[in-house]
Amino acid sequence: MEEKPTGMETHIVGYKTYVLVWCALLVLLAITIVAAKIYFWKYSVLINLIIASVKAVLVLIFFMHLKYEGRFLKGLVFLTILILTTIIALTFSDVWFRGE
Amino acid sequence: MTSHIDKKEVTGRELEMPKVYGIDYTGKKIGMWFFLFTELLFFGGMFLLYSIYRYRFAADFHIAAMNENLVIGSVNTALLLTSSLSMALSISAVRRGSKKLSAFLQIITILCGIVFLVNKYFEWTDKIFKGIYPNSPVLEQYSKGQILFFSLYYVMTGIHGLHVFIGTVVISFMVVFTLRDVITPANFSKLENTGLYWHFVDIVWVYLFPLFYLIT
Repeated sequence: MEEKPTGMETHIVGYKTYVLVWCALLVLLAITIVAAKIYFWKYSVLINLIIASVKAVLVLIFFMHLKYEGRFLKGLVFLTILILTTIIALTFSDVWFRGE
Repeated sequence: MTSHIDKKEVTGRELEMPKVYGIDYTGKKIGMWFFLFTELLFFGGMFLLYSIYRYRFAADFHIAAMNENLVIGSVNTALLLTSSLSMALSISAVRRGSKKLSAFLQIITILCGIVFLVNKYFEWTDKIFKGIYPNSPVLEQYSKGQILFFSLYYVMTGIHGLHVFIGTVVISFMVVFTLRDVITPANFSKLENTGLYWHFVDIVWVYLFPLFYLIT
């Protein structure tokens, strides 16, 4: 048995870090709106999805404390995202090569 | 979970353990993450459906999205991002022993969630007044792709909205728990897990926003 319950020693994130992450998220929101509205071309969708993913990663790493978690939990999160991506990729490979 | 009987019979070493012994902090947190994984795959299925139909009916989706109100969508995104900030801050606050500050930040989170839902209400009623709702006579005149766009819009934002509503209810309980010292600097799993859920709902919206509002 351990002296302390496991994980309780985790890092307390400072207020400042959170506020900076929030500022970054709002800037990204502004960029994504501008990117979509200034002119719409075929890469707009891709850029917007990349920006959304950057926002999601920021929330995961800082707000959801993934930065301070161990390898086990990080691995689980990665595995789940990998499963979802695989399902989407496999379905799309079907739709793309099926023809009409 | 050290029971009364255990305390009498345990060895001296165990008696010295902190009061939080047995709360299994890591177990609770991983349990919450597992729940969020199922949620991710649940929403993932809908995102997959959206992607396939968007690929098939790109032009229709493009036209249908012009009915979306970009201002409300953007304000709602900013609101959820801000509520995530106050939620994250409230956990740091409670761990530093600032009980009242934590409760205050949780209330701000709830208010952001409620304003989000009110905006959503206006958005939906606006569409319904225009006659755009599932199975409506107006919608039946639209092309297949546009009908699919609005169906996906109602289902995905609806289920997301339900998650926001559940989140505000759960956080309301957390405010009471914080003020009654159920949530303490040594035992904050409830609040942290609620935070994880709230951030997850925020992430879902981060993807919904460009897919429904930014494709015009």
